[in-house]
Parts: sequence; structure tokens; C-alpha cells
Amino acid sequence: MTRYLGYRILSSLVVILGAATIIFVAIRAVPGDPALVVLGPSATPEQVAALRTEYGLDGSLLGQYMHFLARMATFDFGSSFRLGMPATQAISQAFTATLSLALAALCIALMIGFPLGILCALRPNGWSDRIISSLSMTGQALPSFWVGIMLVMIFSRMLRILPSGGAETPEAILMPAVTLALPLLSIIVRLVRSGLLEVLGEGYVQTARAKGLREPRVVGRHALRNMLIPVVTVVGLELGGLLGGAVIVETVFAWPGLGRLLIDSIAARDYSVVQACVVVLVLGFVSINLIVDLLYGYLDPRVRVGS
Amino acid sequence: MSVAPAAPSPHAKSPRRGKLDLRLLVPALFCTLYVLAAVFGPFLTHYDPVATNTSQRLRPPLTELRDGSLALFGTDQVGRDLFGQVIAGAQISLTVGILTLLLAGTVGTALGVLAGYRGGWLDTVVMRLADIQLAFPSILLAVLIAAVLGPSLVNVILVLALTRWVVFARVARAQTLAVRVRDFVNASRTLGASHLHIVRHCILPAVVAPILVVATVQFGLVIVAEASLSFLGLGMPPGTPSWGISIANGRNYLVTAWWISTMPGLVLSALVIAVGILGDRLRDRFDPNLTTR
Repeated sequence: MTRYLGYRILSSLVVILGAATIIFVAIRAVPGDPALVVLGPSATPEQVAALRTEYGLDGSLLGQYMHFLARMATFDFGSSFRLGMPATQAISQAFTATLSLALAALCIALMIGFPLGILCALRPNGWSDRIISSLSMTGQALPSFWVGIMLVMIFSRMLRILPSGGAETPEAILMPAVTLALPLLSIIVRLVRSGLLEVLGEGYVQTARAKGLREPRVVGRHALRNMLIPVVTVVGLELGGLLGGAVIVETVFAWPGLGRLLIDSIAARDYSVVQACVVVLVLGFVSINLIVDLLYGYLDPRVRVGS
Repeated sequence: MSVAPAAPSPHAKSPRRGKLDLRLLVPALFCTLYVLAAVFGPFLTHYDPVATNTSQRLRPPLTELRDGSLALFGTDQVGRDLFGQVIAGAQISLTVGILTLLLAGTVGTALGVLAGYRGGWLDTVVMRLADIQLAFPSILLAVLIAAVLGPSLVNVILVLALTRWVVFARVARAQTLAVRVRDFVNASRTLGASHLHIVRHCILPAVVAPILVVATVQFGLVIVAEASLSFLGLGMPPGTPSWGISIANGRNYLVTAWWISTMPGLVLSALVIAVGILGDRLRDRFDPNLTTR
């Protein structure tokens, strides 16, 4: 177990280092000089040189890279020339926004997905199963940016009951969270349905029924518990996917999170913030995967690795 | 990764031959409709991406235009026929989808078969690379590379192929590992067949069916990814009639002209759903144990 843990942590570090290197090279390959983007086309060469020195863009590429890695280890990404604050500060605000959005989406997906999945499994191929299953199939296929725009059109523009974007009011989180939750919700419905159907055919469920337990207790105490493990795994892995999906959903709803900050910062050639965003997103993604992997072994002794 | 169960024969026929499988046929016909529209649409509709006709802008669906033609989906903010625009968008989507899958599928399958057949350091390198890439949200990777390369058709295909090859490589490798140890392969080898012969005549035929199933599932994902990138301004260049760009264009007219964002999105969603059903169906038929990420 310790060896496996060591291997996983090491390979996670490799992924993060790889991501940091890729983003360092990639953002510098984007056409456009950040100094010119900030100062405008009328800047004098002296002003450009001064700005480059100020933000550490004047050394050799290798020197900049070593400097970047050294500071990254202490979670310091330099300062943003677009926002006029340390990148870490800009990131921490955006991170909170993305985290709350992802958690809200997760809650919605779990609270709606589980009951619907159970409903499907109780009467497989019944009319409710058919309707819910086809809806969840649709929900998984719909492009989230379009779903977001349609929600804005209906609830903000036509009915005028929800704000179309931003995060000023508490109810502003509703539409982006629902949009982000939709694919995950559909996956949960399908997982719960198939998992429960499989478990309901097992011998111990028949035993539970044979000893006279009522159906809710059979499903709730005996069946549900045993299909939780695969669901926990997939949900955990998809939680990482939520971070990716947030990039698009945040842009649609002008939600002040990491995804929108990333897209805006790429457009503005704001190197420090782009680097910080990517490193934080990948760090989140990798740690979620790691935790889920370990949790899986903890929950289900049968798959414990290396012991 | 566990070793996949016995490989299905590439010539596996449906268990119930002769009986029409509607759940396979209907989505397949639906997708054919899109292909026909993309191929023959330009001959039927006259869509000019740079034309503007301000006297006929923001007309609702089913309006009869001044030249007597019917604007089935209405007109957009500069008076272009939205139906023609959506047809032109189908061309872009299908082109991106097919070329991306050809590129990702060829490279991924080749690497996967090679890694599975040769094993050793090559296998380790390819699979570690795949692991590292899967530990990175694919849309994030696409956004970053697209920002570097800039918006263009070729770049969209390159970016999406780069994010998709892993899936093909993993399936091809698992399938190769399963087939490599089977008796007919050993028999061929004993009879003196070369590696090339074994790969071509024993391994590849077994890899084809699961790869086609994966390709079907991935097709929907690729099309949505193209539309999403274009929507963010990182995919197709502005001014091209990509569905993602059309949807983005309609955002400023959600009250006055709901159809500009709605129609291309409906057309896109319908295609993705049809492809999804098709993929599910093919998977059930060819390989119930196949999982795709």
C-alpha cells in the first residue's frame, strides 16, 4: 500500500510538473507581446523594456523557467499585469467561486440523480424508466454552452426571474450550477440504475426478501449500500470533469471563477495568471483522482492494490 | 488495465439476422440525413457567408423572403438565411468530426497495437504518456493549444485529434493484448508468419470492431468540442458558419430573435443524441464489456 501510494503521489507530481512546463511554453508561443498588450501600440521601447524588467520577462527563457518553477514551489506565480495584484490573490478569489459552483452542481446532480436512478431500477423498462432513461441520454448529449444560453433566454430574458450572469445575488448560482450538473446528473442516473439492477439480482437480496423484509428496506439497506462503491468512484472521477466543464459554463454565465479568468487571461496574454490558473486546475484534478483512487481501495477491500 | 475478454470476430453478424433493428436503423438513417444535407445542401440552398441584407434581418422562422424563398429557420442579425447557415455548419462539423477521428483513430490505433504487440519500453512510454494526458482535463488542453495555434479548420482538427488519440490507443492496446495470446495467432507464428503478417491478418481484424464503436461514441464528443471551442472564439475563425459561432452570434438577440441561437443548437443536439444512441447500440451488439472514457 505504501509503495502504491508513493508511486501515485510521484506520478501526480510528474503530471503537475508536466502541466506547468507545457503551459509555460504554450503561453509564450501564443502570438502577441504581453508588454504591448498592456501598454498599447503607442508605447515607447523604454516603457516596454521597463515593464519587461518589472515582471521578469527580460531574462533568458531557461532562466525564466527555473525562476517560475522555484516560485511555484512556494505557490507564488508573480503578479498579474492585467489585474494589478499578485496572481495568487486573483486565483484564490476565482478558486472559491469555481469550488462553490462545482459543489453546487455536485449537490444538484446527486440529489436529483440518485432518486431518478432508483426509480428507473425499481421498474426496469416501465414507462417511468423509459422516460427518465431517454431524458438522461439527452442530458448527457446536450452541449453545455447551448443549454446555458437557452436557460438565460428563458429565465433571464423572457421570464425575467433569474440574473443572466455574474455572482452578485445568491440565486445567480442556480443556472450555471444546473448547466454544469446536467451531464453528471445523467451519468449518475444511468450508473445508479444499472448498478442497482445488478445488485437486485444477487443472492443476498433474495435472502433479504425471503426473510420478509419490506421492499424499501431491501432496496435501502441491502441493495443501495452495495452499489455505492462504483458510483462513488465514477462520481469522484467526474468531479474532475466538472472543473473542465466549468471553463465553458463560467464563460457563458460570466461566473467569476477559474475558467473565465483563464480564458480572459489567455486573451490578455497575462502569463502569470494563466500559469497559476492551469496549475491550480490540474492540481485540483490530480488530487481528486488520487483521493478517489485511494478511497476506492478503502471502501472495497477486494480491489486493494499491492497488499 | 485488465485483459479484455475474447475478441469479437470482425465479421460478427447480429444474433437475430434478418430482423430489422429499429434502434440501430433509425439513428443511422438520421445521421445519413446530416451527411446528405452536408454534401448536397450547398446545391439546394444559396448561402453566402459574407452577404448582408439589412432589410430582411431578424426575420422569424417560416418567413417568406422578398425573393420568394422561404426562410425555414428565419434570418440572422445581418439578414442571412439561417437554414443555409446551419447546412453550411453541418459541412464544417462533419468535416472536423471525420478528419479528427481519422487522424486520432489512425495514430491512436497504430500506437496502441504497436504498444500491445511489442510490449517492453515502447508499451511503457505510450501508456505512461496516455496516463499523463488523461490526468489533464481534455477541454482545458484543447483550449490551451487552440489559443496557441489560433483559430483555423486545420488547427481545430489537430487540437481535437491530440485530445482524442489516447482513447483509441487504450482500446487498441487492450484488444491486441487479448488477441496476441490466442491459438490462431500462435499457429500463424509457428507456420513462420512475419510480424507484419500477424498484425495485418490476425490482430487488426480483431481491433477494427471495438475501434469503430469507440469512433462512433467519440464522434459526438468531437462535434460538441468543435462547437464549444468555436463558441469560445478558439475554434473556427470568426465569420465561418460553424454551429458554435452561430449560437454565439445569437446571444445578443435572445429577446428579439430567439431562433438564431436556438436553431443551430437544436440541430447540433439532435445529431449528438442520434450518434449517442447509435454508439450505445453498436456497443451492445459488438462488445458489451467495452468501456470508453
